[in-house]
Amino acid sequence: MLAYTIRRLAGSIPTILVLIVASFFLMRLAPGGPFTSERPLPPEVLANIEARYGLDQPLWKQLWDYLLNIILRFDFGPSLVFKDRDVSDIISQGLPITLTYGLLTFVVATVVGVSLGVYAAMHHNTWVDYLAVSLGIFAQSLPNFIMGPVLILIFTLWLGWLPGGGWNGGQWPYLIMPVIALSTSYIGSITRITRSAMLEVLNSNYVRTARAKGLSERSIIWRHTLKPTLLPVVSYLGPVFVYVVTGSVFVDIYFSTGGLGQYFVSAALTRDYSVLLGITILYGVLTVIVNLLTDLAYAWLDPKIRL
Amino acid sequence: MLGRSSKAAKVAEELSHYGGVRGRSLARDALQRFLSNKAAIFCVFFLAAIVLFVLFGPALAKWNNEEIDWAVLGDIAAQGMPSVQSGHYFGTDELGRDLYSRTIQATGTSLMVGLIGTAMALVVGTTWGVTAGYLGGRVDSIMMRIVDILYSVPITLVVILILVVAGRSFTTLFIALGSVSWLTMSRIVRAQTLALKNREFIEAARAGGVSELMIVVRHIIPNLLGVLIVYASLLVPDLIFAESFISFLGLGISEPYTSLGALISEGAGTMGYGTLWQLLVPLFFYVSITFTMFFIGDGLRDALDPKDR
Amino acid sequence: MVYVMHSTRKIANPVMSVFTIENLRVTFDTTDGVVEAVKDISLNVAEGECLGIVGESGSGKSQTFLAALGLLAVNGSASGSVRLCGQEILNASRIDLNQLRGNDVGMIFQDPLTALTPHLRIGQQMAEVLKAHRGMSNRQSRQLCLAWLDRVRIPDAAARLKQYPHELSGGMRQRVMIAMAMLCEPKLLIADEPTTALDVTVQADILDLMSEMQHQHGTAIALVTHDMGVVARLCDRVQVMRSGECVERGSVEQIFAASQNAYTRSLLEAMPRLDSELNRSSFKAGAAKQVLDVQDIKIDFAVKSSGGLFARRTLLRAVDGVSFDLHEGETLGIVGESGCGKSTLARAVLQLLKTTSGNVAWLGTNLQQLDKQALKAARRDMQIVFQDPFASLDPRMTIADSIAEPLRTYRSELSRREIRQCVGDMMQRVGLEPQLINRYPHELSGGQNQRVGIARAMINRPRMIVCDEAVSALDVSVQAQIMDLLKDLQAEYGLSMLFISHDLSVVGEMSDRIMVIYMGRVVELGRSEVICQHPGHPYTQALISAVPIPDPRVERNRERIRLAGELPSAIDPDSAFRFLPSRLSAKVIGDPPQLQQVGEGHFVAEHDPVDSLLA
Repeated sequence: MLAYTIRRLAGSIPTILVLIVASFFLMRLAPGGPFTSERPLPPEVLANIEARYGLDQPLWKQLWDYLLNIILRFDFGPSLVFKDRDVSDIISQGLPITLTYGLLTFVVATVVGVSLGVYAAMHHNTWVDYLAVSLGIFAQSLPNFIMGPVLILIFTLWLGWLPGGGWNGGQWPYLIMPVIALSTSYIGSITRITRSAMLEVLNSNYVRTARAKGLSERSIIWRHTLKPTLLPVVSYLGPVFVYVVTGSVFVDIYFSTGGLGQYFVSAALTRDYSVLLGITILYGVLTVIVNLLTDLAYAWLDPKIRL
Repeated sequence: MLGRSSKAAKVAEELSHYGGVRGRSLARDALQRFLSNKAAIFCVFFLAAIVLFVLFGPALAKWNNEEIDWAVLGDIAAQGMPSVQSGHYFGTDELGRDLYSRTIQATGTSLMVGLIGTAMALVVGTTWGVTAGYLGGRVDSIMMRIVDILYSVPITLVVILILVVAGRSFTTLFIALGSVSWLTMSRIVRAQTLALKNREFIEAARAGGVSELMIVVRHIIPNLLGVLIVYASLLVPDLIFAESFISFLGLGISEPYTSLGALISEGAGTMGYGTLWQLLVPLFFYVSITFTMFFIGDGLRDALDPKDR
Repeated sequence: MVYVMHSTRKIANPVMSVFTIENLRVTFDTTDGVVEAVKDISLNVAEGECLGIVGESGSGKSQTFLAALGLLAVNGSASGSVRLCGQEILNASRIDLNQLRGNDVGMIFQDPLTALTPHLRIGQQMAEVLKAHRGMSNRQSRQLCLAWLDRVRIPDAAARLKQYPHELSGGMRQRVMIAMAMLCEPKLLIADEPTTALDVTVQADILDLMSEMQHQHGTAIALVTHDMGVVARLCDRVQVMRSGECVERGSVEQIFAASQNAYTRSLLEAMPRLDSELNRSSFKAGAAKQVLDVQDIKIDFAVKSSGGLFARRTLLRAVDGVSFDLHEGETLGIVGESGCGKSTLARAVLQLLKTTSGNVAWLGTNLQQLDKQALKAARRDMQIVFQDPFASLDPRMTIADSIAEPLRTYRSELSRREIRQCVGDMMQRVGLEPQLINRYPHELSGGQNQRVGIARAMINRPRMIVCDEAVSALDVSVQAQIMDLLKDLQAEYGLSMLFISHDLSVVGEMSDRIMVIYMGRVVELGRSEVICQHPGHPYTQALISAVPIPDPRVERNRERIRLAGELPSAIDPDSAFRFLPSRLSAKVIGDPPQLQQVGEGHFVAEHDPVDSLLA
């Protein structure tokens, strides 16, 4: 298991490097930058600014310095728009917020989705099952940007129960709506994935053996079917993480939570390349880590992969 | 005329000569199963109604999507309500523009994004996946490594980056969405190709002297069709989501063109001022489209892959 | 109906019946309507007796027992009466059934890999039976589990308890299944095709084990099988089933010697017999021209072995220096157990995969040196028929298109009509009705599909065909028809044939010469009747003695030749010395065993004296 982990870790290093290099060139080759405004700056001023941000160096030198700074000091350079802030500052400020509700979403979507899916499969072809499937599909077509306004409309504007936005140190009234808005759609898809996986397992030969051994239904579900049912769910968690990360952009803006997504969009609108680059790389690294974790979870669930 | 009739006669003769019972192909079986799925069929009709609405709805419109109705501008909440008399069947937006026309235009955009993006994903993803899966070995590892790397970046954010870098426009949006939407497709196609490649009928074809290219064309691709149809149908709502999401953030296509995401965003911004229709109308269209698409995709999967029910 | 059942229950059964099924009917509710899988079946198993239920696929034999124990799929329903020790159990509640299942009735299934839960250790899976029925804790049950693993002759039982199913061999898994089913010493053991997925030598061991359970523990056995040979070896009484009904019942001696039923007799006649006198080949190799010459073929596969920081690639030698030739009109049988490299060898002959070294010459030209175009031309003479008739046909093509494909490749000058004509003629030749022409593989039976596969292989009149387990997936009666068809076609077209199978009795009936392969090496090669009746190599002897003969009088008086020890791993370089341990233990690893001529055209690999190798 340890050897497998190390091997997978080593395998993801090139992925991260290629990611950094590719995004770096994409940004640098882009026409226009934060200093291209309507009113062209005098050439000497522009040269001055470019020298300050190291933009006058040859491209490979810029890339090399950039890489070294990230690896040695976790330093993504200064923001091009906020004059006195480093990208690392922005990240260290926004990331904890995003991670808090992101992880919560992850947990809620998985726990609720898996429970509903298992329940539906156990009551296959009854009205519970049909309801779960239809609701699952319905939930899937309710993405964050639909759920957000609807939730605010109901709970803030009509009922006045929950604050319409803000973070306030992550107290639970401020967390409820972002988490529901983000997780609804994935609860739907996880329910459906779990259900069909569970149905397949329930039809397997080894469940038949377990029945032939006279085991109780409860022990069949918990001991014999749960782990294999979770396999496809676990491989779906990687994509879910990506969706949650993407969705955080919406949450941060719509609920003004102050997470990373807010900076991402404002950087996109102002062409603040160093912030964009920094956040993209960070998200990439996080995704690689999550994929690694899901692979390990997969190996834990399936002894055939365990090495 | 003469040539055609003699050809027809020949066909007729062949048909009568080998008048064996027509076999039930897998595709026909699948169609039969799909047609017996009432919920999915209902969704097909519902979606068709939306498409017809987009195509022929403009004929009923009294306003186009750019005109500002100065008469209602001052008091949208009271005057801009949905009404048949004013000609604003769905009401107006915050700027006094006709929501009926704007919704039609936005729904059209969303459907176009879904279709064109899926078409691009089908072409690129299938080619990529079949090539990698069929050739195998080093080519396969390199090609799939590229997919892995692209996969490790949140795709919607990549699209935003591309839009930022290349400028916001209709074409850029299509290219940006299309250039990332093929990833999942290529993975699925590759996995299927790998499974097919080792099936005995492929070996039989090879032993029968069929060339590698013909094996791909005649045996691999036709056997991929079922999977392609299912995943294409599930990709459409995904792409509509991505586009609407980007538009919601204000990073999508620009005015006067609009999309469902942008309309929902506007509606969400004004829902506190008593103009709830501005949110509910585009929301209804968005949810209807994606819901029916998911249901159809689900029905297709059941029909084409009966074991996965 | 109801009062009749009650009245029968009151009458005391003269024979002590453990398990009685009366008028069982099983139906399945499918999308195509209600399907009746079992129609009115009655049977009973007496104490300590072994009842065989024989039938071909679709006869409802498995469903009968699944229904009896409430294990039907959700769309199935059963009616009638099932009694275990006099107690009615059909459609009993789940709680009542759970007290019987695993306790009074043990079950083992066909495929032991999928029948064991993949993510639970062997020990966990065994212990939970004792926990459910005896309320034992894990520690208490451990001793009992170990004892049973010993009793089913699993070596190193303590270590096995910690292993997962995929870490054991197929035979081991089935032993575990038996041990698990026997833990609570049930009155009845239901075995559903317990040896079908196993090699013959392993099958023989498992059958011996089951017979031991029957005689030492007094367990009654209900054995569901398609194999008359297995019945002949193990059963006391037989019941023959066909499409959900019982066609004949009686004692083993009665059924095999004097069956009253035409279907039973046809089943028995269709079984190829190793001791049959008909196996004598009339082929004279000297007169015919040599067509295929294979010299010293070696094939390596790179296997990724993991563990440690870096993935290593180990070479697995699937075929290790095999040489043989084939003459015009001759059939060479290649026989060996699963994983011995026989299919790999076949594919190498057809150049469907690359050989590591060695030569394959067809009519004097070396196939390995041909370019693409020339190879394509040469392939026209060499065709292959596969094991799985469904998998070897493109599911999206009509069978006519599949049959026509080689024509379209090699004879593009033909018009559509001529192609249709050719296909139609060939279909008729292989016994397919012409109205099937537009059908798809999923609409045909296994036997019909195999005929399609044969038609496709024959349409260009090849000079050699390779049959890779071509009849192994078929029911006995269909198997016999396909074998006859192949023989007819061979006589008609003067075909040479490589006939590959794991089933020695089939190979014996088809072949002029037989080559026995063990772990990628030839251990014996000779004329068919010589190999079957006077085998020289201990492996061949063990193999032949393991093949059950469908005749209880012969079968029960035969002596088993059982080899000592387990199969070595193919990656293990010592595996070549399995039958020559003296050369290995002498610490001087000499040459691997060589083939030596012992009679006319009869070659046997070097081996230690047979007695020293037996168990």
